[in-house]
Amino acid sequence: MTVLSARGLGKKYKRCWALTGCTLDVPAGHVTGLVGPNGAGKSTLLGLAAGMLAPSSGTIEVCGGVPGSGPAQLAKVGFVAQNAPVYANLTVEEHLRLGARLNPGWDDGLARARIARIGLDPALAAGKLSGGQRAQLALTLGIAKRPELLLLDEPVASLDPLARREFLQDLMEAVAEHGLSVVMSSHLVADLERVCDRLVVLVDSRVRIAGEVDDLLATHRRLTGPRRDVDTLPGDQQVVSVRHTDRQTTVLVRTEAPILDPSWDVGELDLEDLILAYLTNPGAGRPGLEVVR
Amino acid sequence: MTWLTWRQLRFPVLSVYGALALAGVVLAASRPARGPFGDQELLYMGSLLAVLLLPAVLGVFWGVPMITRELETGTHNLVWNQSVTRSRWLAVKLGIGLPAAAVAAGVLSLVVSWWADPIDTAAGLDTERSFEPRVTPLVFAVRGIAPIGYAAFAFVLGIAVAILVRRTVTAMAVTLVVYAAVQLAVPLAVRPHVLPPVGESVTLTARTIAGIQTEPGPDGDVPESLKVFTPAGAWVLANETVDANGAAVRPLPAAVGHCLPPAQTDPITLPELDRIRACFAGLDDLGYRQHLAYQPASRFWPLQWAELALYLALAALVTWFCFRRLRTLS
Repeated sequence: MTVLSARGLGKKYKRCWALTGCTLDVPAGHVTGLVGPNGAGKSTLLGLAAGMLAPSSGTIEVCGGVPGSGPAQLAKVGFVAQNAPVYANLTVEEHLRLGARLNPGWDDGLARARIARIGLDPALAAGKLSGGQRAQLALTLGIAKRPELLLLDEPVASLDPLARREFLQDLMEAVAEHGLSVVMSSHLVADLERVCDRLVVLVDSRVRIAGEVDDLLATHRRLTGPRRDVDTLPGDQQVVSVRHTDRQTTVLVRTEAPILDPSWDVGELDLEDLILAYLTNPGAGRPGLEVVR
Repeated sequence: MTWLTWRQLRFPVLSVYGALALAGVVLAASRPARGPFGDQELLYMGSLLAVLLLPAVLGVFWGVPMITRELETGTHNLVWNQSVTRSRWLAVKLGIGLPAAAVAAGVLSLVVSWWADPIDTAAGLDTERSFEPRVTPLVFAVRGIAPIGYAAFAFVLGIAVAILVRRTVTAMAVTLVVYAAVQLAVPLAVRPHVLPPVGESVTLTARTIAGIQTEPGPDGDVPESLKVFTPAGAWVLANETVDANGAAVRPLPAAVGHCLPPAQTDPITLPELDRIRACFAGLDDLGYRQHLAYQPASRFWPLQWAELALYLALAALVTWFCFRRLRTLS
């Protein structure tokens, strides 16, 4: 079952495309990390999925419906926007009241238990909370709504490392407890590594790669060997990045098959190497032989 | 949604209603018994300004921030992602804000109308026009039910501009300018034609001429135009001398150039004034008449209802536009 399915999805702001030709399926029951440099289209994709934005081209279906098409659809999708907006002049208690009044599926016990566990004072105005507490409050509203899919746009960007760890831990507990699917964007690979089991890499408004983290790690290899032209690689080995020195060539390839060429020294990759390889090589093709010192 | 909207709007609503209650008490305690006596002049002008400005204030300080505050702080991202559509979000805001604005302006206008009734009655009987009768534009806009329509229109205009501009201060300024432009355009270009004005052709005699306007010329003053007496309490749209073909003449023909006395500094005596009037009445023999067009005092309520309907229709149009633009707002 897929919770999010996009076909040729694109979004244009005035003249420039923030997202183009995005075809993507996100299966249910996973935590999917959306990663990419600033301006790659992460927020746009999440906004389209939440129904905050209307697509300029293509289609997107979330939980079996058009995003933002009605109260029933809105109830199925939770969205915590960048910077976790809350009403500064409303108290924490009033935010819970807001959630209860605006959501038919509101889980008040869950919301109150979370607020108590995080240690937020219900009588405190949300404007007086710290960045981390605000993010927690916004996440509480998102979770207690009991959506099928929770979309989080840079939820930990404003948090210090400790608060970030707690926040993600908390998110993982909620996911495990309520079986919801999560799509979260971040440019902090370490955070994604901790919580995501699937990954979507966006570069230059396009989806570069999408898949399960384990699969991605299993199918990518770093090959190091004597300097040679990468055009001589077997056809089933897709080159992600290549680097030459005077004597050596280092290639990052994606392949399902084992590496048979004995001249290569084959190495494993960690998630960060993999993501950085995609981010720093948006062109994807097989670049000609050139010396990089 | 109702709870949230009221929670956000209660402070501005209660403060405006509190100020209205205060104004009501002041006016009730000071209502003039009969016509104007001078000491009421300050309150008269003050209440006029208050009714004139209240709709603009409601549009600028209720309508605009209601939208821009959410857009500027990003809380629209929060509220639009609860299980409530953005159309419903706007509908509830309008459903609470619009009646509150219309009632506020209506109550103030009716209280002021009641307070000023003795003055308006006196002004309606007075042909010397020391106070403007209530059908004339300035007083018309601050009496009766028209301010209800002004407030409704100003409020939705504030919301529409906020949706388009998205920034509080800019949206406030734009709302104010657009509202002022409409408020000027309607009495100048629309209201005179809502009901066809009463036209009258008045014979120029020494008795009907009320005044003569002169312009300084190379050798002494030159008569520019004539005014005749108009019906009490009317809104005069035209008071001009026309020739036999019905074309307005301005300045007056040279034939009456000699009627003005030679330049003098002494005040003109009454017999002298009668002589001047009689001289100008000679225009009648030359085929000239005075054309009058006006809205009589009895048209006050029909014009009020028409004005209310016009502004409510404008408000409905702007509301439709708001809902249309809301779909693409992000």
